[in-house]
Amino acid sequence: MKTGVMGNTDRTNMRFVDEFRDPEVITKTAEEIRRLAEPSRHYRIMEVCGGHTHAIYRFGLKDILPSNVELIHGPGCPVCVLPMGRIDDGLALAQQPDVIFAAFGDMMRVPGTQGSPLEHKARGMDVRIVYSPSDALKLAKANPDKHVMFFAIGFETTAPSSALTLIRAKAEGIRNFSLFCNHVTIIPAIRAILDSPDMRLDAFVGPGHVSTVIGCRPYEWVAKDEGKPIVVSGFEPLDILQAIVMLLRQVKAGEAKVENQYKRVVPWEGNRAALRAMAEVFQLRPYFEWRGLGFISQSALRIGDGYAEWDSERRFSVPGVRVTDPKAAQCGEVLKGVLKPAQCKLFGGECTPEHPVGALMVSSEGSCAAYYNYEHRKAMAASLAWPA
Amino acid sequence: MCLAIPGKIVELLPGTPHLATVEVAGVRRKVDLGLLQDDLPASGDWVLIHVGFAMSKISEQDALDQMNTLRILGEDEQAMQEVRGYGLENLDGKQPS
Amino acid sequence: MAGLKNDAAAASAPAKVRFRDPQIEMAHGAGGIASRRLVEGLFAPLLFGSSHGPLGDSAALQIAGTRLAITTDCFVVKPLNFPGGSIGELAINGTVNDLAVSGARPESIVATFVLEAGLPTPVLEAEVRAMAEAARRAGVTVAGGDTKVVEHGQADRMYITTTGVGSFLPAVNVNPRSLRPGDKVLLSGPIGDHGITILLARGELDLEADLRSDTRSVFPLVEAIAREAGPGIRWMRDPTRGGVATSLNELARDCGLSIHLNEDAIPVRDSVRGACELLGLDPLHIANEGQFLAVVAPECAEMALNALCQTDGGGEAVMVGEVHEQPAGSVLITTEYGGSRIIDMLVGDPLPRIC
Repeated sequence: MKTGVMGNTDRTNMRFVDEFRDPEVITKTAEEIRRLAEPSRHYRIMEVCGGHTHAIYRFGLKDILPSNVELIHGPGCPVCVLPMGRIDDGLALAQQPDVIFAAFGDMMRVPGTQGSPLEHKARGMDVRIVYSPSDALKLAKANPDKHVMFFAIGFETTAPSSALTLIRAKAEGIRNFSLFCNHVTIIPAIRAILDSPDMRLDAFVGPGHVSTVIGCRPYEWVAKDEGKPIVVSGFEPLDILQAIVMLLRQVKAGEAKVENQYKRVVPWEGNRAALRAMAEVFQLRPYFEWRGLGFISQSALRIGDGYAEWDSERRFSVPGVRVTDPKAAQCGEVLKGVLKPAQCKLFGGECTPEHPVGALMVSSEGSCAAYYNYEHRKAMAASLAWPA
Repeated sequence: MCLAIPGKIVELLPGTPHLATVEVAGVRRKVDLGLLQDDLPASGDWVLIHVGFAMSKISEQDALDQMNTLRILGEDEQAMQEVRGYGLENLDGKQPS
Repeated sequence: MAGLKNDAAAASAPAKVRFRDPQIEMAHGAGGIASRRLVEGLFAPLLFGSSHGPLGDSAALQIAGTRLAITTDCFVVKPLNFPGGSIGELAINGTVNDLAVSGARPESIVATFVLEAGLPTPVLEAEVRAMAEAARRAGVTVAGGDTKVVEHGQADRMYITTTGVGSFLPAVNVNPRSLRPGDKVLLSGPIGDHGITILLARGELDLEADLRSDTRSVFPLVEAIAREAGPGIRWMRDPTRGGVATSLNELARDCGLSIHLNEDAIPVRDSVRGACELLGLDPLHIANEGQFLAVVAPECAEMALNALCQTDGGGEAVMVGEVHEQPAGSVLITTEYGGSRIIDMLVGDPLPRIC
């Protein structure tokens, strides 16, 4: 059995991953960034997607960027932006007898007003972690006397898989299965950022995996109308660093266009089959509440009439109670990049990953959780003149 | 929404036209190819996997191109610095006498 | 559960319970932050008296002039059987390892079985045989035991608790407070095998891999480094639930220093890495049942490492890091290109993620 090491690219065996973690090339690319960044300028680049936030911290990329290139974390964390009321709704549906609550691991510790799914499991609810919506469908097939309710979350990366799963459920006539749909769309989130009056951003790192579905065209208005460069990026260190190189080159040249850094995987026109599946199953909700950002129109999906039977909200009655966050939680401002996590009054005190008060602490890719887990003690030590 | 991993198709499953066994560093899982139905991958192809579904085929050529681009980053600049370091007044190859 | 080095038995002042959670959750048993809060906030003040030292894997008892190591543990695993082992082997090896990393030669174990009514006899027999074999391999006797049967639906088929005793190796005196900046961190082999094997064996994630639990006694390896570097060994631990990250974080907090790890030195089998990448898990948080960490004085580090590499089963041992002053109380992991991050304990068990 082959053994590699956690970081070293020469000795491990993950193709299309390890090449993009090559330490020599990473160092070289960081040098290029230092070369491109004019010392008199301060660059504010937002990475939209929570997966990029996680990657930036996991690979320690901030350590190798020059101090005048600042990465601001955007709102692309589908768990973080889910209002607590929706979690309560999903759990309320699962309280009914013979219902199995199935969800991704990401959801399991997210608190509702009466506790998280895992806490409900401790009190006797049948809660299962699944890796795929198709596994939730398999659960339904294996438990014909129960109803499996799949709590669906995610942006356009994940929505097509939910759609295809419902298409399969309908085709196979599996009736003891429904989806509680909380899929949201990325473009309205980017618009909300740009519409915010406090926003001062130079450029965007675009979400790589969402773009495998929607392609690169949907971002054209960011460049044309808002004048901001946007580069669709992959998630390995070299992907993110190369995207930053491409953005700095645009800024230097006074340009603003959409570019695709993640060519090996992202087609410019997107994935037609995925978009077809989504169109068949889903419709846009007129509006949806985003935790920290308020109500945004046409920003979320619901299940269309053709699949009403597989829509948890129509199979069961949903309480639909709105739960507002405590006023002291400054999630909205951190989400928009106006405040840094450590600047929120609750950060690290009342609000920690273990007992999260607001949205951005509940998921490990939320800006506050990522900063707390990977960074803030480094920052505190640095302020104590920690020797390099 | 973003955790997706490259995997290699090792077996297309007979009888279920949309399922394949995909391998990631020795770990195998059945993956649904339904989102790639317009251009189905074959055994041996690499695909990007997210929540048990293949999202996209991975282009080896694009991956190679990317690494080549990155490897020569700054090389033009390095070459220029070397040339300047020789103290050449012009760049047409003529040595100062 | 973690024992403690405790010389005073009587509590002088009334004990104060600092544990505020209203009910017990799964997280409290996962070996991470919540577990530590339960032990330090409820068990320690009520049972261990007000002046206990840092909580370790075993306790030292002074009885009638003899110093003995004693430890206790409880084994709960689903499924009972998995590639590379079963609950019976875990029970023996886990207890043996707790004694070993405390610097003691494991001598004898007593075991209690809590059995679920309806458990088929062949299943029980197989586990007891596995325990007997594991005990024989580890060189320990099983001195006695007890059995209880509970109603169907409780005990997940079988729980095993053990108590082990051992005799301290001469010249080995492990204590987290003896760490100094410059000390080296050694790891006996690849991490994550056990936890990922169990995760896959549960079948819920539909992943397959050619992977086995690493359950084994680490005493031969401990004995080897004790021979070479006995007085230079500051601290040892077997990183079980919560993984290497949890063990090293507990150490950092206990000694008030910082552990710096070199990411490129940490050995991980390809399929463990593949499963972790697929599921969004970090190998540093995954349980191990056949590995141990040792912090040794820098002047003995090379010798200790060589001793490990030359002992059967220690061939993959490696130096993975160093003790520093800052950031105090934390574990920092750095890549070859200079990127770094803090690696913390988790709240509860690691959960697969899709984001």
